[in-house]
Amino acid sequence: MKRFFEKLVEGALLISGSITSITILLIVIFLFKEASGLFNSPVIEDGYVLAFNKDNPVKKLSSYQIKQIFDGAITNWDEVGGKEEPIEVVRLSDLTKYYTEAELGANFENIPAKASELTAKHPGIILFLPNSYIAKNFDGTLLKHETLRPGDFFGGKEWYPTASPSPQYGLLPLLLGTLWVSLGAILLSLPFGIAVAVYLAEISTMRVRNFLKPVIELLAGIPSVVYGFFGLVVIVPFLQKTFQLPVGETGLAGSIVLAIMALPTIITVAEDAMRNVPRAMKEASLALGATQWQTIYRVVIPYAKSGITSAAVLGIGRAIGETMAVLMVTGNAAVIPHTLLEPVRTIPATIAAELGEASAGGGHYQALFALGCILFIITMIISISVEFISSKKYSK
Amino acid sequence: MTPIINTGNIDRKKRISQGVAFTIFKLMSYSVVAMLILILGFIVSKGIGAISWDFLTKAPEEGMTKGGIFPAIVGTLCLVAGSSLFSFPIGIMSGIYMNEYATGNKVATFIRIMTNNLSGVPSVVFGLFGMSLFVNTMKFGDSILAGSLTLGLLSLPLVIRTTEESLKAIDNSYREGSLALGATKLQTIQKVVLPMAFPNIITGLILSIGRVSGETAPILFTVAAYFLPKLPTSIFDQVMALPYHLYVISTSGTDIEASRGIAYGTALVLIVIVLIVNLLANFLRNYFSKKVKTN
Repeated sequence: MKRFFEKLVEGALLISGSITSITILLIVIFLFKEASGLFNSPVIEDGYVLAFNKDNPVKKLSSYQIKQIFDGAITNWDEVGGKEEPIEVVRLSDLTKYYTEAELGANFENIPAKASELTAKHPGIILFLPNSYIAKNFDGTLLKHETLRPGDFFGGKEWYPTASPSPQYGLLPLLLGTLWVSLGAILLSLPFGIAVAVYLAEISTMRVRNFLKPVIELLAGIPSVVYGFFGLVVIVPFLQKTFQLPVGETGLAGSIVLAIMALPTIITVAEDAMRNVPRAMKEASLALGATQWQTIYRVVIPYAKSGITSAAVLGIGRAIGETMAVLMVTGNAAVIPHTLLEPVRTIPATIAAELGEASAGGGHYQALFALGCILFIITMIISISVEFISSKKYSK
Repeated sequence: MTPIINTGNIDRKKRISQGVAFTIFKLMSYSVVAMLILILGFIVSKGIGAISWDFLTKAPEEGMTKGGIFPAIVGTLCLVAGSSLFSFPIGIMSGIYMNEYATGNKVATFIRIMTNNLSGVPSVVFGLFGMSLFVNTMKFGDSILAGSLTLGLLSLPLVIRTTEESLKAIDNSYREGSLALGATKLQTIQKVVLPMAFPNIITGLILSIGRVSGETAPILFTVAAYFLPKLPTSIFDQVMALPYHLYVISTSGTDIEASRGIAYGTALVLIVIVLIVNLLANFLRNYFSKKVKTN
């Protein structure tokens, strides 16, 4: 009986031990499930159609091409593989330019007929209409029901989910924004972090260490939204003044805030690595006449290299996944960044800012979950590489 | 014969380079302290004016430019309590399993790797996951329950890790002594190992409370309400929460300038929670380590 009870407890413990693994599995399943519909979602808004003149040889347009046409960036059909013919963009509201309100009917009941007529008459037309206004005997070609291609997402250069008629879900500006800001952060915080770690592990007295450790712990404990707020009211105006910028919300502001936030992680991991350097190695170096400083940079740092690398990688991981602080200080412009002094937008910030407005199950919603998948994959790669780096240390 | 190398000169150079390097390291270390003081000092000095009894006990008024943050405080307390109810038992049990039962074997390694991976998952991904699983699939809706479970999963790795480390710190001879006296493994854990590890475990739990109370991204889509002066009556209600409140009134409130004072006050309350949590954890750690020494 007693033994049975012991087994029972052990079973219960094993089950709770497996919760983290199950959670990871569930995260993978649910994230990918929600995102999976993305490449089945139509390139144009739900309930609408695009129509051309029936002599127009163009039968397919990508999401980005549609956007460019409606933005006026593409003005001739030969740019998208058609004949030399200027493009004439017509939206529902533009119909009044071609027909009087009387012609369209008091309740717009004549719109289907007129739309058909207009399309037949104008060879360069592209007509954007709700489904219901397309007559059964519509005289023109309708753009085939096209779905978003993986290239539109992974290679897309624009993130503009509210664009009409074709929302843009391009990953590149967000991914580059994330990497840009994180890279800036790590460049700022790594030298700092290593210096503090060296000081704590090798130089400082016990008393100083006992004072600094809680300080660093406290720095790690401050909520990210408070860092974001601090960045918003202190760092952003400061940058704006210093660099004479139109807006202070820039990638650099994000990098600075993230650098402070990543600091505790870097310091702790790097210090642990340096503390693990065998005493005998340091003593041997000192006995050979090396100074303490020479011992640090010739023995301690090379020996702790893998630990310091882990620290850097973990710091990057922290920076890449950070949401609120970045959301509050980077300005959130979804354009591919060229310098750190422009507003940028990161993947986590995009998810946090937009998920509330995206309707569940729609293309925007799925695109945000796809971003979540990308973020999850990046952090998994980081976790696994840290695992790999630190396991290497022991096999040596 | 005169020495070819003037060793005295080299010694001096070495000493100078060491001095320079150490001074730089020291300065950098103290600038971390300066950073903390700057952040804390700024928020305390700006926020202290906003704090009053009414601020802490009243609901927001007039588009959140006046009034207090009471519903947000209550909401955060609910979320902390809810997530702790979930993460503490499971986390402590996993920690016990990893250190006492699966010591060093493949299962423990696997669980450890998975736990590390989970702790690396960004909080906004937890938010997505919580929304998809708890809010939509399990139909909890935006509720304290969904938010607490999401936050609980987020803090789980921290609880597991501190439990495991606390248990690891206990010398094996205590376990062997207990087993040699005829106690079973479970009895040993229950009567010897856990009581000894208890102070450190508590410290870890307190720190995880600090972490949970400041998280924003996981609650954005699982529980947080923009404005809800009514207090929650069941676990299926939405609540306001301090970190989310700070976020909305500093970025998207109806009148950002007018609500700055409230924002500073809210930030101060959050900082004070973190300070209390850290001081308490440090105090417990020192108190118990002294106690162990005198025993």
